[in-house]
Amino acid sequence: MKTTHLNLRAAMVSLLMFLVFLGAWQLSATAPTVAGAAKAGMTADEIEYQKMMGKDPGAVKSTGFPPPLEVGKAIVGHLADPFYDKGPNDKGIGIQLAHSLGRVGLGFLLAVLVALPVGFMIGMSPLMRKAFDPFIQVLKPISPLAWMPLALYTLKDSDVSGIFVIFICSVWPMLINTAFGVAAVKRDWLNVASTLEVQPLRKAFLVILPAAAPTIVTGMRISMGIAWLVIVAAEMLVGGTGVGYFVWNEWNNLSLVNVIFAVLVIGVVGMLLDLAFAQVQKAVTYVE
Amino acid sequence: MWSDTSDRALIAPLPTETFAPQPKAKAMNAFLKIEKLGKAYQSDKPVFSDVSFNIDKGEFVCIIGHSGCGKTTILNVLAGLDTATEGHAFMDGREIAGPSLERGVVFQSHALMPWLTVRQNIAFAVKSKWPEWKSPQVNIHVEKHVAMVGLLHAIDKKPSQLSGGMKQRVGIARAFAIQPKMLLLDEPFGALDALTRGTIQDELMTIVRQTQQTVFMITHDVDEAILLSDRILLMSNGNESGGSYVPGGLAEVVVNPLPRERTRAQLHHLPGYYDMRNHIVDFLVSRAKAH
Repeated sequence: MKTTHLNLRAAMVSLLMFLVFLGAWQLSATAPTVAGAAKAGMTADEIEYQKMMGKDPGAVKSTGFPPPLEVGKAIVGHLADPFYDKGPNDKGIGIQLAHSLGRVGLGFLLAVLVALPVGFMIGMSPLMRKAFDPFIQVLKPISPLAWMPLALYTLKDSDVSGIFVIFICSVWPMLINTAFGVAAVKRDWLNVASTLEVQPLRKAFLVILPAAAPTIVTGMRISMGIAWLVIVAAEMLVGGTGVGYFVWNEWNNLSLVNVIFAVLVIGVVGMLLDLAFAQVQKAVTYVE
Repeated sequence: MWSDTSDRALIAPLPTETFAPQPKAKAMNAFLKIEKLGKAYQSDKPVFSDVSFNIDKGEFVCIIGHSGCGKTTILNVLAGLDTATEGHAFMDGREIAGPSLERGVVFQSHALMPWLTVRQNIAFAVKSKWPEWKSPQVNIHVEKHVAMVGLLHAIDKKPSQLSGGMKQRVGIARAFAIQPKMLLLDEPFGALDALTRGTIQDELMTIVRQTQQTVFMITHDVDEAILLSDRILLMSNGNESGGSYVPGGLAEVVVNPLPRERTRAQLHHLPGYYDMRNHIVDFLVSRAKAH
Protein backbone atom coordinates (compact mmCIF):
# COMPACT_ATOMS: atom_id res chain seq x y z
CA MET A 1 0.00 0.00 0.00
CA LYS A 2 2.64 2.41 1.12
CA THR A 3 5.05 1.40 -1.63
CA THR A 4 2.46 1.81 -4.38
CA HIS A 5 1.84 5.26 -3.03
CA LEU A 6 5.54 6.00 -3.18
CA ASN A 7 5.83 4.57 -6.68
CA LEU A 8 2.90 6.67 -7.85
CA ARG A 9 4.43 9.83 -6.45
CA ALA A 10 7.81 9.00 -7.97
CA ALA A 11 6.14 8.45 -11.35
CA MET A 12 4.45 11.83 -11.06
CA VAL A 13 7.75 13.56 -10.32
CA SER A 14 9.39 11.72 -13.23
CA LEU A 15 6.62 12.85 -15.55
CA LEU A 16 6.94 16.41 -14.32
CA MET A 17 10.71 16.41 -14.93
CA PHE A 18 10.14 15.01 -18.41
CA LEU A 19 7.60 17.71 -19.24
CA VAL A 20 9.90 20.48 -17.97
CA PHE A 21 12.71 19.02 -20.08
CA LEU A 22 10.47 18.89 -23.18
CA GLY A 23 9.35 22.47 -22.58
CA ALA A 24 12.89 23.73 -22.24
CA TRP A 25 13.88 21.82 -25.36
CA GLN A 26 10.98 23.24 -27.34
CA LEU A 27 11.73 26.79 -26.23
CA SER A 28 15.46 26.63 -26.95
CA ALA A 29 14.99 24.97 -30.32
CA THR A 30 12.54 27.58 -31.60
CA ALA A 31 14.05 30.72 -29.99
CA PRO A 32 14.35 33.48 -32.58
CA THR A 33 17.89 34.63 -33.21
CA VAL A 34 18.96 38.21 -33.24
CA ALA A 35 18.81 38.72 -36.95
CA GLY A 36 17.52 42.24 -37.55
CA ALA A 37 20.13 43.78 -35.28
CA ALA A 38 22.99 42.72 -37.52
CA LYS A 39 21.42 44.52 -40.44
CA ALA A 40 21.67 47.89 -38.79
CA GLY A 41 24.83 49.78 -39.49
CA MET A 42 25.39 48.11 -42.87
CA THR A 43 25.18 49.83 -46.15
CA ALA A 44 23.00 48.43 -48.89
CA ASP A 45 26.12 47.22 -50.72
CA GLU A 46 27.37 45.40 -47.69
CA ILE A 47 23.98 43.69 -47.26
CA GLU A 48 24.00 42.71 -50.89
CA TYR A 49 27.52 41.33 -50.51
CA GLN A 50 26.53 39.32 -47.47
CA LYS A 51 23.55 37.89 -49.38
CA MET A 52 25.80 36.92 -52.24
CA MET A 53 28.03 35.13 -49.72
CA GLY A 54 24.99 33.15 -48.55
CA LYS A 55 24.73 34.94 -45.21
CA ASP A 56 21.49 36.91 -45.56
CA PRO A 57 21.50 39.16 -42.48
CA GLY A 58 17.75 39.73 -42.87
CA ALA A 59 16.72 36.07 -42.84
CA VAL A 60 15.33 34.54 -39.64
CA LYS A 61 17.89 31.94 -38.55
CA SER A 62 16.93 28.88 -36.56
CA THR A 63 19.40 27.03 -34.33
CA GLY A 64 18.99 24.03 -36.60
CA PHE A 65 18.31 21.86 -33.59
CA PRO A 66 15.06 19.93 -34.12
CA PRO A 67 12.21 20.63 -31.73
CA PRO A 68 10.63 17.70 -29.81
CA LEU A 69 7.64 17.41 -32.08
CA GLU A 70 9.83 16.85 -35.12
CA VAL A 71 11.76 14.14 -33.27
CA GLY A 72 8.45 12.60 -32.17
CA LYS A 73 7.31 12.38 -35.76
CA ALA A 74 10.59 10.76 -36.75
CA ILE A 75 10.26 8.20 -33.95
CA VAL A 76 6.79 7.26 -35.13
CA GLY A 77 8.06 7.07 -38.70
CA HIS A 78 10.98 4.80 -37.80
CA LEU A 79 8.99 2.54 -35.54
CA ALA A 80 6.22 2.20 -38.12
CA ASP A 81 8.64 0.60 -40.56
CA PRO A 82 11.67 -0.73 -38.72
CA PHE A 83 12.77 -3.37 -41.22
CA TYR A 84 12.99 -1.61 -44.58
CA ASP A 85 16.15 -2.00 -46.60
CA LYS A 86 16.92 0.55 -49.30
CA GLY A 87 20.55 -0.14 -49.89
CA PRO A 88 23.67 0.02 -47.73
CA ASN A 89 23.11 3.54 -46.38
CA ASP A 90 19.41 3.38 -45.71
CA LYS A 91 18.21 0.51 -43.56
CA GLY A 92 15.45 0.41 -40.94
CA ILE A 93 16.38 0.74 -37.28
CA GLY A 94 15.24 -2.85 -36.64
CA ILE A 95 17.82 -4.17 -39.08
CA GLN A 96 20.55 -1.97 -37.58
CA LEU A 97 19.66 -3.12 -34.07
CA ALA A 98 19.66 -6.74 -35.16
CA HIS A 99 23.21 -6.31 -36.48
CA SER A 100 24.41 -4.68 -33.26
CA LEU A 101 22.69 -7.22 -31.02
CA GLY A 102 24.08 -10.02 -33.14
CA ARG A 103 27.64 -8.75 -32.72
CA VAL A 104 27.18 -8.14 -29.01
CA GLY A 105 25.57 -11.56 -28.54
CA LEU A 106 28.30 -13.40 -30.41
CA GLY A 107 31.16 -11.55 -28.73
CA PHE A 108 29.53 -12.00 -25.34
CA LEU A 109 28.97 -15.71 -25.91
CA LEU A 110 32.62 -16.19 -26.86
CA ALA A 111 33.60 -14.30 -23.72
CA VAL A 112 31.40 -16.62 -21.62
CA LEU A 113 33.01 -19.67 -23.21
CA VAL A 114 36.47 -18.39 -22.29
CA ALA A 115 35.79 -16.61 -18.98
CA LEU A 116 33.86 -19.37 -17.21
CA PRO A 117 36.36 -22.23 -17.58
CA VAL A 118 39.40 -19.99 -17.08
CA GLY A 119 37.71 -18.26 -14.15
CA PHE A 120 36.98 -21.66 -12.58
CA MET A 121 40.60 -22.67 -13.00
CA ILE A 122 41.91 -19.42 -11.52
CA GLY A 123 39.40 -19.56 -8.70
CA MET A 124 40.26 -23.13 -7.72
CA SER A 125 44.03 -22.93 -7.98
CA PRO A 126 46.04 -20.33 -6.06
CA LEU A 127 48.97 -21.08 -8.37
CA MET A 128 46.94 -20.22 -11.47
CA ARG A 129 45.57 -17.13 -9.79
CA LYS A 130 49.05 -15.79 -9.18
CA ALA A 131 50.25 -16.86 -12.62
CA PHE A 132 47.36 -15.19 -14.47
CA ASP A 133 47.27 -12.07 -12.32
CA PRO A 134 49.91 -9.94 -14.13
CA PHE A 135 48.32 -10.59 -17.53
CA ILE A 136 44.85 -9.73 -16.31
CA GLN A 137 46.08 -6.59 -14.56
CA VAL A 138 47.79 -5.33 -17.72
CA LEU A 139 45.16 -6.38 -20.27
CA LYS A 140 42.09 -5.30 -18.28
CA PRO A 141 42.60 -1.51 -18.43
CA ILE A 142 43.21 -1.41 -22.21
CA SER A 143 40.40 0.35 -24.03
CA PRO A 144 38.77 -2.27 -26.23
CA LEU A 145 38.92 0.09 -29.19
CA ALA A 146 42.72 0.16 -28.92
CA TRP A 147 42.62 -3.47 -30.12
CA MET A 148 40.77 -2.47 -33.26
CA PRO A 149 43.79 -1.92 -35.57
CA LEU A 150 45.38 -5.18 -34.48
CA ALA A 151 42.07 -6.97 -34.92
CA LEU A 152 41.52 -5.49 -38.37
CA TYR A 153 45.04 -6.40 -39.43
CA THR A 154 45.01 -9.98 -38.14
CA LEU A 155 41.36 -10.88 -38.68
CA LYS A 156 41.08 -8.98 -41.99
CA ASP A 157 37.35 -8.54 -41.59
CA SER A 158 35.61 -5.54 -40.08
CA ASP A 159 32.60 -7.54 -38.90
CA VAL A 160 34.72 -10.15 -37.11
CA SER A 161 36.87 -7.36 -35.65
CA GLY A 162 33.76 -5.78 -34.14
CA ILE A 163 32.87 -9.11 -32.52
CA PHE A 164 36.42 -9.45 -31.25
CA VAL A 165 36.28 -6.02 -29.64
CA ILE A 166 33.06 -6.99 -27.84
CA PHE A 167 34.69 -10.24 -26.74
CA ILE A 168 37.77 -8.53 -25.35
CA CYS A 169 35.81 -5.91 -23.42
CA SER A 170 33.31 -8.32 -21.88
CA VAL A 171 35.75 -11.07 -20.97
CA TRP A 172 37.47 -9.28 -18.04
CA PRO A 173 34.60 -8.54 -15.65
CA MET A 174 33.26 -12.08 -16.20
CA LEU A 175 36.66 -13.66 -15.69
CA ILE A 176 37.43 -11.71 -12.53
CA ASN A 177 33.99 -12.26 -11.02
CA THR A 178 33.98 -15.97 -11.85
CA ALA A 179 37.40 -16.44 -10.27
CA PHE A 180 36.34 -14.46 -7.21
CA GLY A 181 33.02 -16.29 -6.86
CA VAL A 182 34.65 -19.71 -7.21
CA ALA A 183 37.42 -18.87 -4.74
CA ALA A 184 34.87 -17.60 -2.21
CA VAL A 185 32.71 -20.75 -2.14
CA LYS A 186 32.22 -21.68 1.51
CA ARG A 187 34.69 -24.23 2.85
CA ASP A 188 31.78 -26.08 4.53
CA TRP A 189 30.03 -26.85 1.24
CA LEU A 190 33.26 -28.15 -0.28
CA ASN A 191 33.82 -30.26 2.84
CA VAL A 192 30.32 -31.71 2.49
CA ALA A 193 31.09 -32.56 -1.13
CA SER A 194 34.38 -34.17 -0.07
CA THR A 195 32.84 -36.30 2.66
CA LEU A 196 30.20 -37.44 0.16
CA GLU A 197 32.99 -38.38 -2.28
CA VAL A 198 31.42 -36.25 -5.02
CA GLN A 199 33.28 -36.56 -8.35
CA PRO A 200 35.12 -33.38 -9.48
CA LEU A 201 32.83 -32.62 -12.42
CA ARG A 202 29.69 -33.18 -10.38
CA LYS A 203 31.15 -30.99 -7.65
CA ALA A 204 31.93 -28.22 -10.16
CA PHE A 205 28.41 -28.19 -11.61
CA LEU A 206 26.30 -29.01 -8.54
CA VAL A 207 28.17 -27.28 -5.75
CA ILE A 208 30.62 -24.66 -6.98
CA LEU A 209 28.60 -23.33 -9.92
CA PRO A 210 25.36 -22.69 -8.00
CA ALA A 211 27.34 -21.32 -5.05
CA ALA A 212 29.24 -18.87 -7.26
CA ALA A 213 26.36 -18.16 -9.67
CA PRO A 214 25.26 -14.85 -8.13
CA THR A 215 28.79 -13.44 -8.41
CA ILE A 216 29.24 -14.85 -11.92
CA VAL A 217 25.97 -13.36 -13.17
CA THR A 218 26.89 -10.00 -11.65
CA GLY A 219 30.08 -10.14 -13.72
CA MET A 220 28.02 -10.98 -16.82
CA ARG A 221 25.72 -8.05 -16.15
CA ILE A 222 28.66 -5.66 -15.91
CA SER A 223 30.16 -7.18 -19.08
CA MET A 224 26.92 -6.74 -21.00
CA GLY A 225 26.73 -3.10 -19.92
CA ILE A 226 30.25 -2.45 -21.15
CA ALA A 227 29.67 -4.40 -24.38
CA TRP A 228 26.65 -2.25 -25.21
CA LEU A 229 28.68 0.91 -24.58
CA VAL A 230 31.51 -0.31 -26.77
CA ILE A 231 29.47 -1.62 -29.71
CA VAL A 232 28.34 1.89 -30.68
CA ALA A 233 31.89 3.20 -30.82
CA ALA A 234 33.14 0.07 -32.59
CA GLU A 235 30.46 0.31 -35.26
CA MET A 236 31.25 3.97 -35.83
CA LEU A 237 34.78 2.83 -36.66
CA VAL A 238 34.10 -0.26 -38.75
CA GLY A 239 30.96 1.05 -40.43
CA GLY A 240 28.55 -0.81 -42.65
CA THR A 241 25.76 -1.78 -40.30
CA GLY A 242 24.56 -1.42 -36.71
CA VAL A 243 23.23 1.36 -34.51
CA GLY A 244 26.69 2.90 -34.10
CA TYR A 245 27.04 3.14 -37.85
CA PHE A 246 23.48 4.48 -38.05
CA VAL A 247 24.37 7.33 -35.66
CA TRP A 248 27.49 8.22 -37.62
CA ASN A 249 25.73 7.97 -40.96
CA GLU A 250 22.92 10.25 -39.85
CA TRP A 251 25.46 12.74 -38.54
CA ASN A 252 27.04 12.76 -41.99
CA ASN A 253 23.55 13.27 -43.40
CA LEU A 254 23.18 16.17 -40.94
CA SER A 255 19.97 14.59 -39.71
CA LEU A 256 19.99 15.41 -36.02
CA VAL A 257 16.44 14.10 -35.75
CA ASN A 258 17.63 10.61 -36.61
CA VAL A 259 20.67 10.93 -34.35
CA ILE A 260 18.44 11.80 -31.40
CA PHE A 261 16.17 8.91 -32.26
CA ALA A 262 19.14 6.51 -32.40
CA VAL A 263 20.48 7.77 -29.08
CA LEU A 264 17.11 7.07 -27.47
CA VAL A 265 16.99 3.58 -28.99
CA ILE A 266 20.50 2.78 -27.68
CA GLY A 267 19.44 3.84 -24.20
CA VAL A 268 16.22 1.82 -24.19
CA VAL A 269 17.85 -1.36 -25.55
CA GLY A 270 20.69 -1.02 -23.02
CA MET A 271 18.12 -0.77 -20.25
CA LEU A 272 16.27 -3.86 -21.50
CA LEU A 273 19.50 -5.88 -21.63
CA ASP A 274 20.30 -4.85 -18.08
CA LEU A 275 16.80 -5.74 -16.91
CA ALA A 276 17.13 -9.18 -18.50
CA PHE A 277 20.33 -9.83 -16.54
CA ALA A 278 18.69 -8.51 -13.38
CA GLN A 279 16.07 -11.22 -13.83
CA VAL A 280 18.73 -13.90 -14.26
CA GLN A 281 20.48 -12.58 -11.17
CA LYS A 282 17.26 -12.82 -9.20
CA ALA A 283 16.82 -16.41 -10.33
CA VAL A 284 20.25 -17.59 -9.16
CA THR A 285 20.52 -15.61 -5.93
CA TYR A 286 20.07 -17.60 -2.72
CA VAL A 287 19.52 -16.54 0.86
CA GLU A 288 21.83 -18.09 3.42
CA MET B 1 45.35 -49.76 28.06
CA TRP B 2 42.83 -47.19 29.27
CA SER B 3 43.83 -44.52 31.65
CA ASP B 4 40.43 -44.83 33.24
CA THR B 5 41.10 -47.54 35.79
CA SER B 6 41.82 -45.00 38.48
CA ASP B 7 39.05 -42.68 37.38
CA ARG B 8 36.34 -45.24 37.64
CA ALA B 9 37.08 -45.53 41.30
CA LEU B 10 36.85 -41.79 41.50
CA ILE B 11 33.46 -41.57 39.91
CA ALA B 12 31.10 -43.94 41.55
CA PRO B 13 30.85 -47.39 43.01
CA LEU B 14 28.65 -48.44 40.14
CA PRO B 15 28.68 -51.52 37.93
CA THR B 16 30.81 -49.80 35.33
CA GLU B 17 32.21 -53.05 34.04
CA THR B 18 29.24 -53.58 31.77
CA PHE B 19 30.21 -50.49 29.79
CA ALA B 20 33.93 -50.64 30.13
CA PRO B 21 35.56 -52.40 27.20
CA GLN B 22 37.54 -55.54 27.89
CA PRO B 23 40.91 -53.95 27.30
CA LYS B 24 42.95 -56.71 25.68
CA ALA B 25 40.37 -58.27 23.41
CA LYS B 26 38.92 -54.98 22.17
CA ALA B 27 42.27 -53.45 21.43
CA MET B 28 42.96 -56.11 18.83
CA ASN B 29 39.84 -55.68 16.75
CA ALA B 30 38.43 -52.30 17.72
CA PHE B 31 36.27 -50.70 15.04
CA LEU B 32 38.10 -47.39 15.11
CA LYS B 33 41.72 -47.22 16.14
CA ILE B 34 43.69 -44.05 16.74
CA GLU B 35 47.41 -44.55 17.25
CA LYS B 36 49.74 -41.87 18.59
CA LEU B 37 48.05 -39.09 16.66
CA GLY B 38 49.73 -35.67 16.73
CA LYS B 39 49.40 -32.36 14.96
CA ALA B 40 51.99 -29.60 14.84
CA TYR B 41 51.79 -26.28 13.05
CA GLN B 42 55.18 -25.34 14.54
CA SER B 43 57.36 -28.43 14.67
CA ASP B 44 58.70 -27.68 18.16
CA LYS B 45 55.26 -26.97 19.62
CA PRO B 46 52.73 -29.61 18.61
CA VAL B 47 49.13 -28.71 19.49
CA PHE B 48 48.63 -32.25 20.71
CA SER B 49 50.63 -35.44 20.47
CA ASP B 50 50.49 -39.11 21.35
CA VAL B 51 46.69 -39.33 21.25
CA SER B 52 45.58 -42.95 21.15
CA PHE B 53 42.13 -44.37 21.70
CA ASN B 54 39.75 -46.95 20.30
CA ILE B 55 36.04 -46.84 19.59
CA ASP B 56 33.96 -50.01 19.40
CA LYS B 57 31.11 -50.64 17.04
CA GLY B 58 27.89 -49.12 18.37
CA GLU B 59 29.72 -47.00 20.91
CA PHE B 60 28.96 -43.31 21.48
CA VAL B 61 32.10 -41.39 22.41
CA CYS B 62 32.27 -37.70 23.27
CA ILE B 63 35.39 -35.59 23.41
CA ILE B 64 35.59 -32.56 25.70
CA GLY B 65 38.29 -29.94 25.98
CA HIS B 66 38.86 -26.23 25.82
CA SER B 67 39.18 -24.31 22.58
CA GLY B 68 42.47 -24.88 20.82
CA CYS B 69 43.18 -28.30 22.30
CA GLY B 70 42.76 -29.96 18.89
CA LYS B 71 39.38 -31.70 19.19
CA THR B 72 38.25 -30.46 15.80
CA THR B 73 41.56 -31.45 14.24
CA ILE B 74 41.11 -35.00 15.52
CA LEU B 75 37.56 -35.11 14.15
CA ASN B 76 38.73 -33.71 10.81
CA VAL B 77 41.46 -36.35 10.64
CA LEU B 78 38.83 -39.02 11.25
CA ALA B 79 36.64 -37.42 8.58
CA GLY B 80 39.61 -37.38 6.19
CA LEU B 81 39.40 -33.60 5.77
CA ASP B 82 42.69 -32.95 7.56
CA THR B 83 45.94 -34.85 8.00
CA ALA B 84 47.87 -35.45 11.19
CA THR B 85 51.58 -34.76 11.36
CA GLU B 86 52.21 -38.01 13.24
CA GLY B 87 50.32 -41.17 14.05
CA HIS B 88 47.64 -43.13 12.26
CA ALA B 89 43.90 -43.64 12.30
CA PHE B 90 42.26 -46.89 11.22
CA MET B 91 38.63 -47.68 10.67
CA ASP B 92 37.51 -51.24 10.13
CA GLY B 93 41.12 -52.32 9.75
CA ARG B 94 41.93 -49.83 7.01
CA GLU B 95 43.88 -46.62 7.43
CA ILE B 96 41.84 -43.46 6.98
CA ALA B 97 43.19 -41.57 3.98
CA GLY B 98 40.85 -38.91 2.73
CA PRO B 99 37.10 -38.42 3.08
CA SER B 100 34.78 -41.37 2.62
CA LEU B 101 31.08 -42.11 2.38
CA GLU B 102 31.63 -44.61 5.19
CA ARG B 103 31.87 -41.72 7.63
CA GLY B 104 29.02 -39.24 7.87
CA VAL B 105 29.85 -35.78 9.20
CA VAL B 106 27.50 -33.30 10.87
CA PHE B 107 29.09 -29.87 10.75
CA GLN B 108 28.75 -27.25 13.45
CA SER B 109 27.35 -24.75 10.96
CA HIS B 110 24.95 -27.35 9.46
CA ALA B 111 26.56 -26.73 6.00
CA LEU B 112 23.35 -27.15 4.02
CA MET B 113 23.41 -25.84 0.47
CA PRO B 114 21.15 -22.78 0.62
CA TRP B 115 20.06 -23.00 -3.02
CA LEU B 116 18.58 -26.48 -2.51
CA THR B 117 15.47 -27.45 -0.58
CA VAL B 118 15.65 -29.88 2.35
CA ARG B 119 14.62 -32.69 0.00
CA GLN B 120 17.26 -31.76 -2.59
CA ASN B 121 19.97 -31.38 0.05
CA ILE B 122 19.44 -34.89 1.33
CA ALA B 123 18.86 -36.28 -2.16
CA PHE B 124 22.26 -34.88 -3.14
CA ALA B 125 23.87 -37.00 -0.42
CA VAL B 126 21.78 -40.08 -1.26
CA LYS B 127 22.64 -39.84 -4.98
CA SER B 128 26.31 -39.50 -4.07
CA LYS B 129 26.16 -42.76 -2.13
CA TRP B 130 23.98 -44.70 -4.57
CA PRO B 131 24.44 -43.13 -8.04
CA GLU B 132 22.57 -46.01 -9.67
CA TRP B 133 19.32 -45.37 -7.78
CA LYS B 134 16.31 -44.08 -9.73
CA SER B 135 14.60 -40.97 -8.44
CA PRO B 136 11.55 -42.71 -6.87
CA GLN B 137 13.89 -44.83 -4.79
CA VAL B 138 15.96 -41.78 -3.81
CA ASN B 139 12.79 -39.96 -2.87
CA ILE B 140 11.51 -42.74 -0.62
CA HIS B 141 14.86 -42.91 1.12
CA VAL B 142 14.98 -39.11 1.55
CA GLU B 143 11.46 -38.92 2.95
CA LYS B 144 12.19 -41.73 5.39
CA HIS B 145 15.13 -39.84 6.87
CA VAL B 146 13.36 -36.49 6.91
CA ALA B 147 10.49 -38.17 8.75
CA MET B 148 13.04 -39.60 11.19
CA VAL B 149 13.92 -36.08 12.37
CA GLY B 150 10.28 -34.98 12.18
CA LEU B 151 10.59 -32.46 9.38
CA LEU B 152 8.25 -33.88 6.73
CA HIS B 153 6.17 -30.71 6.88
CA ALA B 154 9.19 -28.63 5.85
CA ILE B 155 10.69 -31.00 3.29
CA ASP B 156 10.27 -28.64 0.34
CA LYS B 157 11.52 -25.54 2.12
CA LYS B 158 14.87 -23.88 1.61
CA PRO B 159 17.25 -23.82 4.60
CA SER B 160 16.82 -20.04 4.92
CA GLN B 161 13.16 -20.65 5.82
CA LEU B 162 14.08 -22.98 8.69
CA SER B 163 15.10 -22.24 12.27
CA GLY B 164 18.59 -23.08 13.52
CA GLY B 165 17.38 -26.26 15.20
CA MET B 166 15.55 -27.44 12.10
CA LYS B 167 18.63 -26.83 9.95
CA GLN B 168 20.75 -28.91 12.31
CA ARG B 169 18.12 -31.69 12.18
CA VAL B 170 18.41 -31.68 8.41
CA GLY B 171 22.19 -31.92 8.79
CA ILE B 172 21.72 -34.96 11.02
CA ALA B 173 19.22 -36.52 8.62
CA ARG B 174 21.67 -36.00 5.77
CA ALA B 175 24.45 -37.74 7.69
CA PHE B 176 22.20 -40.70 8.58
CA ALA B 177 20.77 -40.92 5.05
CA ILE B 178 24.04 -42.21 3.60
CA GLN B 179 24.03 -44.97 6.25
CA PRO B 180 27.64 -44.44 7.28
CA LYS B 181 29.56 -46.93 9.36
CA MET B 182 30.47 -44.11 11.67
CA LEU B 183 29.01 -40.72 12.48
CA LEU B 184 31.21 -37.71 13.28
CA LEU B 185 29.55 -34.75 14.96
CA ASP B 186 31.46 -31.48 15.30
CA GLU B 187 29.72 -29.71 18.17
CA PRO B 188 26.41 -29.94 16.37
CA PHE B 189 24.30 -28.17 18.97
CA GLY B 190 26.75 -25.39 19.85
CA ALA B 191 24.76 -22.66 18.15
CA LEU B 192 21.33 -23.71 19.45
CA ASP B 193 19.36 -22.40 22.41
CA ALA B 194 19.09 -24.67 25.44
CA LEU B 195 15.49 -25.75 24.83
CA THR B 196 16.00 -26.72 21.19
CA ARG B 197 19.28 -28.37 22.08
CA GLY B 198 17.55 -30.62 24.62
CA THR B 199 14.91 -31.74 22.15
CA ILE B 200 17.41 -32.56 19.45
CA GLN B 201 19.67 -34.36 21.93
CA ASP B 202 16.74 -36.64 22.77
CA GLU B 203 16.02 -37.23 19.10
CA LEU B 204 19.64 -37.95 18.31
CA MET B 205 19.88 -40.40 21.21
CA THR B 206 16.75 -42.26 20.10
CA ILE B 207 17.98 -42.53 16.52
CA VAL B 208 21.47 -43.62 17.54
CA ARG B 209 20.11 -46.29 19.89
CA GLN B 210 17.75 -47.58 17.20
CA THR B 211 20.32 -47.69 14.42
CA GLN B 212 23.19 -48.95 16.63
CA GLN B 213 25.24 -46.16 15.11
CA THR B 214 28.88 -45.66 16.12
CA VAL B 215 29.34 -42.00 17.01
CA PHE B 216 32.24 -39.69 17.75
CA MET B 217 31.14 -36.27 18.91
CA ILE B 218 32.76 -33.01 19.99
CA THR B 219 30.95 -31.02 22.65
CA HIS B 220 31.53 -28.24 25.14
CA ASP B 221 28.53 -29.21 27.21
CA VAL B 222 29.29 -31.58 30.08
CA ASP B 223 25.63 -32.58 30.55
CA GLU B 224 25.30 -33.31 26.85
CA ALA B 225 28.33 -35.59 27.03
CA ILE B 226 26.99 -37.42 30.09
CA LEU B 227 23.56 -37.86 28.55
CA LEU B 228 24.69 -39.12 25.17
CA SER B 229 27.98 -40.90 25.49
CA ASP B 230 29.25 -44.23 26.70
CA ARG B 231 32.72 -42.84 27.18
CA ILE B 232 34.05 -39.30 27.46
CA LEU B 233 37.54 -38.36 26.33
CA LEU B 234 39.02 -35.40 28.20
CA MET B 235 41.65 -33.38 26.37
CA SER B 236 44.14 -30.94 27.85
CA ASN B 237 45.70 -27.98 26.08
CA GLY B 238 49.39 -27.67 25.37
CA ASN B 239 51.15 -25.38 27.82
CA GLU B 240 54.49 -24.01 28.97
CA SER B 241 55.40 -25.41 32.33
CA GLY B 242 58.71 -24.72 34.00
CA GLY B 243 60.30 -23.39 30.84
CA SER B 244 59.53 -26.44 28.73
CA TYR B 245 56.57 -26.95 26.40
CA VAL B 246 54.19 -29.81 27.08
CA PRO B 247 51.90 -30.59 24.14
CA GLY B 248 48.21 -31.15 24.72
CA GLY B 249 46.71 -34.57 24.48
CA LEU B 250 44.29 -37.09 25.82
CA ALA B 251 44.40 -36.59 29.56
CA GLU B 252 41.82 -39.08 30.69
CA VAL B 253 39.01 -41.35 29.56
CA VAL B 254 35.87 -41.40 31.67
CA VAL B 255 33.54 -44.35 31.29
CA ASN B 256 29.92 -43.41 31.74
CA PRO B 257 28.52 -45.59 34.54
CA LEU B 258 24.90 -44.51 34.12
CA PRO B 259 22.39 -46.98 32.64
CA ARG B 260 22.20 -46.70 28.88
CA GLU B 261 18.42 -46.21 28.90
CA ARG B 262 18.68 -42.79 30.55
CA THR B 263 16.66 -39.76 29.56
CA ARG B 264 17.35 -36.08 29.85
CA ALA B 265 14.54 -35.63 32.35
CA GLN B 266 15.78 -38.18 34.88
CA LEU B 267 19.49 -37.79 34.21
CA HIS B 268 20.23 -35.62 37.25
CA HIS B 269 18.38 -38.01 39.56
CA LEU B 270 20.56 -40.96 38.65
CA PRO B 271 23.04 -42.00 41.30
CA GLY B 272 26.56 -41.28 40.19
CA TYR B 273 25.55 -38.42 37.92
CA TYR B 274 26.88 -35.66 40.16
CA ASP B 275 30.14 -37.45 40.93
CA MET B 276 30.82 -37.82 37.26
CA ARG B 277 29.77 -34.28 36.42
CA ASN B 278 31.91 -32.81 39.22
CA HIS B 279 34.85 -34.87 38.11
CA ILE B 280 34.66 -33.58 34.52
CA VAL B 281 34.05 -29.97 35.54
CA ASP B 282 36.98 -30.15 37.97
CA PHE B 283 39.12 -31.43 35.15
CA LEU B 284 38.09 -28.60 32.82
CA VAL B 285 38.58 -25.94 35.48
CA SER B 286 41.82 -27.06 37.09
CA ARG B 287 43.62 -29.56 34.91
CA ALA B 288 42.77 -28.89 31.27
CA LYS B 289 44.95 -25.73 31.31
CA ALA B 290 42.96 -23.40 29.15
CA HIS B 291 44.78 -20.33 27.90
